[in-house]
Amino acid sequence: MQIKIHHKLTSFSLLKLIYDLFLQTTWGSSLLCVICIPSLLCVICIPRVFPSFARLLFPSIQSHPSRMQSSGPLVSLSWIFINNEWHNSVSGKKFPVFNPATEEKICEVEEGDKEDIDKAVKAARQAFQIGSPWRTMNASERGRLIYKLADLIERDRLLLATMESINGGKLFSNSYTLDLGGCVATLRYCAAYLSTNDCVFYFPDGNFFGYTRHEPIGVCGQIIPWNFPLFMFIWKIGPALCCGNTVVVKPAEQTPLTALHVASLIQEAGFPPGVVNIVPGYGPTAGAAISSHMDIDKVAFTGSTEVGKMIKEAAGKSNLKRVTLELGGKSPFIVFADSDLDSAVEVAHQALFYHQGQCCIAASRLFVEESIYDEFVRRSVERAKKYVLGNPLTPGVSQGPQIDKKQYEKILDLIESGKKEGAKLECGGGPWGNKGFFIQPTVFSNVTDEMRIAKEEIFGPVQQIMKFKSLDDVIKRANNTHYGLAAGIFTKDIDKAITVSSALQAGTVWVNCYSVVSPQCPFGGFKMSGNGRELGEYGLQEYTEVKMVTMKISQKNS
Amino acid sequence: MAHSVKRLPLAQVMTPGSWDAAPHWAPCSAGSLLLPLPLPLLPACIFINNEWHESKSGKKFATYNPSTLEKICEVEEGDKLDVDKAVEAAHAAFQRGSPWRRLDALGRGWLLHQLADLVERDRAILATLETMDTGKPFLHAFFIDLEGCIKTLRYFAGWADKIQGRTIPTDDNVVCFTRHEPIGVCGAITPWNFPLLMLVWKLAPALCCGNTIVVKPAEQTPLTALYLGSLIKEVGFPPGVVNIVPGFGPTVGAAISSHPHISKIAFTGSTEVGKLVKEAASRSNLKRVTLELGGKNPCIVCADADLDLAVECAHQGVFFNQGQCCTAASRVFVEEQIYPEFVRRSVEYAKKRPIGDPFDIRTEQGPQIDQKQFDKILDLIESGKKEGAKLECGGSAMEDRGLFIKPTVFSEVTDTMRIAKEEIFGPVQPILKFKNIEEVIKRANSLEYGLTAAVFTKNLDKALKLASALESGTVWINCYNAIYAQAPFGGFKMSGNGRELGLMSYLLELHHSVYFSLRS
Repeated sequence: MQIKIHHKLTSFSLLKLIYDLFLQTTWGSSLLCVICIPSLLCVICIPRVFPSFARLLFPSIQSHPSRMQSSGPLVSLSWIFINNEWHNSVSGKKFPVFNPATEEKICEVEEGDKEDIDKAVKAARQAFQIGSPWRTMNASERGRLIYKLADLIERDRLLLATMESINGGKLFSNSYTLDLGGCVATLRYCAAYLSTNDCVFYFPDGNFFGYTRHEPIGVCGQIIPWNFPLFMFIWKIGPALCCGNTVVVKPAEQTPLTALHVASLIQEAGFPPGVVNIVPGYGPTAGAAISSHMDIDKVAFTGSTEVGKMIKEAAGKSNLKRVTLELGGKSPFIVFADSDLDSAVEVAHQALFYHQGQCCIAASRLFVEESIYDEFVRRSVERAKKYVLGNPLTPGVSQGPQIDKKQYEKILDLIESGKKEGAKLECGGGPWGNKGFFIQPTVFSNVTDEMRIAKEEIFGPVQQIMKFKSLDDVIKRANNTHYGLAAGIFTKDIDKAITVSSALQAGTVWVNCYSVVSPQCPFGGFKMSGNGRELGEYGLQEYTEVKMVTMKISQKNS
Repeated sequence: MAHSVKRLPLAQVMTPGSWDAAPHWAPCSAGSLLLPLPLPLLPACIFINNEWHESKSGKKFATYNPSTLEKICEVEEGDKLDVDKAVEAAHAAFQRGSPWRRLDALGRGWLLHQLADLVERDRAILATLETMDTGKPFLHAFFIDLEGCIKTLRYFAGWADKIQGRTIPTDDNVVCFTRHEPIGVCGAITPWNFPLLMLVWKLAPALCCGNTIVVKPAEQTPLTALYLGSLIKEVGFPPGVVNIVPGFGPTVGAAISSHPHISKIAFTGSTEVGKLVKEAASRSNLKRVTLELGGKNPCIVCADADLDLAVECAHQGVFFNQGQCCTAASRVFVEEQIYPEFVRRSVEYAKKRPIGDPFDIRTEQGPQIDQKQFDKILDLIESGKKEGAKLECGGSAMEDRGLFIKPTVFSEVTDTMRIAKEEIFGPVQPILKFKNIEEVIKRANSLEYGLTAAVFTKNLDKALKLASALESGTVWINCYNAIYAQAPFGGFKMSGNGRELGLMSYLLELHHSVYFSLRS
């Protein structure tokens, strides 16, 4: 089979592009010294070291899964990954993957369906059998494999960041630093945690002695979103593997490429076959097959609240598999009059516009205290107008495209509703350019709580600025939503900070900062923003099943 | 406006004395019967906001004594509207600034301690009510159920002011710490096999962590829950913190599990209903769910085990509470060479098991809870006979005695028989044979259930190997039903989601963790 490549990148243009990027961006000059040479080497080596990516660049290279399996290092990007091998889909179907900046097709990927999920689950179950290499592996060795995977991702960082930008419309500088940096840090956190996941001893009443074993749950199904394709993939597999589970992963149909590249790294790191299985495909087919599968013990999903409900329902209907969900948000960001205004404006701006607004934690309800409202709006508009839109690989560009046409149209529809419902459009408010799914950075002021833009998740570059008068009033309004993912507070007053952070119904509250997500800290939602936590010790617990072992002893000796 | 207690229909509870006089019941000599207690009048109503209410629909339902099949009293029948009222009260009690939210954690613990004191004070009354409503032997109710309630309350009372967050070192200049906050209004649906104990298992951790709660006791056994309501009021919990709505599953239970203002639901009952509860939780508002469901628990007896101990534990493991335990040892795997001897002794035990009036101190086994369960058990016994298991003893109902079933032992049971696969929830002991450890691990793990397991062996290596290989939430080694407030309890696979009791119950189940960062 031949992978059709429409993207016009060649290794030379990529080399030049990255070189420019490092020279021209503000942070580039310092980074240049640190990573310029390795990255240049990397780019030059790509065709040799990463034949898969080479095929992306040189469409004439022929490839076939059977050849892939026999010839070791030749790894494809576009197949189903089961048992450390590449497979065609059972149905023979494929689906196209697009570049949202150009609307051009990047390549076609094998489309997984129920039968492929069955195959993957079988492999994962086999790898989880008592006595298998994975079940008999020392925890320290599991940790070493995860460290190794982190190292390999770091080695291929440039390649992965580029793929993420092309496929996800994400600014290259963001993918390189934040997404890839986050992936590596998360894996290292999980790898290091292994040595500390102790059991607990119990001394119950009577002549008994007990201990808990924190066991892996079994086969975990994991469904990944398209906004942080690789980062969320790592958030899911890191803790699952750390605790000794096996996984069947469905990357988002929009963005399967980086996960598939990491599959080749998983193989390279030496994970036993069947421990990680990746089945690209669509939600209603592959996703539904995972959530209702009778032999999957746990499902973890990141995505919309609507789909999250369907997943938990399917889990209940099928085999009561454990469920963790990271869903939507309409996160409040509260700015008190006493806050550092410069910092508040900038952080609020980034909190919403980062990655074109396509973050579940996007601060999409900005509450500003009356007395500073006008000034805040003025500065926010000024900041939004500074944006340069364009291809996310191009240096100097600060905003890329939305992921696809569906999202693009939904956002434009919400913007229209804002205009109609009487919000004041301060800037933006429409599409940009004649190719790609670009939307102008948009700011609305005079927004009230009952408008659609103040209630629905927009997932786009649209900032709503609301006014508030008192602390009690803003707490009530901030909590008046089914969502409860994150919240931000800006104030210098410690009493306000503590009062409001305790009162807000949100899984994460940031004070005088926003979007600080690190692998040590638990992340997840109150109310309909999710169930369970990811990352941190809390998140790792979600991948263990607790077994209480109680033994009779002859006599208690306290 | 609430009714005063006096105006409400108070249950005319038949005391054990009058019940003993029932004409068709004279199984025991008067000497061994426990003396009847003067039972107080019981407010058989809906408990909301520390007040007693009639049902909105005006309907009532009867609760029966399964030993005599006589009606004990009628109880107000809750429905969706009553649940709404209860949730409203619980929601108001959970509002920021409410007395409950402003109460110090130590104060919450103190209230729970006091509740434990009152339960201890009224222990005999509660045990009597429990025995009348469920048919379990009075001494079991008094010493096991009530003991468990008191200890669970005290255990969680001690935790109330020790719920700590963490500070977490992160990259960059931020301070990060977690707060463990109460979830909000919790719904609880409790079963009929341990009505009060299971209620306390749900109530104590929920209140310890500062939640408010709406409870539906099982329709077969609402009495002790309502009595506990009066104790909760007496202790002085703020109104709305605990609300009790007696009623049926498809009405009250469904209303709780699909209520948009209930943030968490805890259910103990069948796997079938557990699935419905989880589905309803997903469809409504993604409320958090913990489930304690069915089991078909393997009890593995190796040839080197202390046989006396193993026979006794396996016997109690399956026959305790008339077999109506989710932890019932309903698949006993015995190693080949000791199989005949094990069966012989088990049959001996079963034949000696005293059945009769639950108020007789000699009684070990009372009636099944209701006609439906009774029929189901007899049907499964029939299936065992038909499918070729060898009936060693029992195998039928007691003649002319309502819902009593003779202790039944089947030997030569194979894995494919219904009695080896389905939860029986009755006094039926299927004994299976095994040859080696690898085989028994596979067979023990072959079902969708994974609640508990037990291992009898003197060999350390075998014990640890089985403990790690068995897919179940609890493994007992050389003991059975060793359940303590300190130790987490819950199921693998389709036996449940989450854990109850112990540290786990609140660290993992009852709390949101929230963290925030300050730039420093």
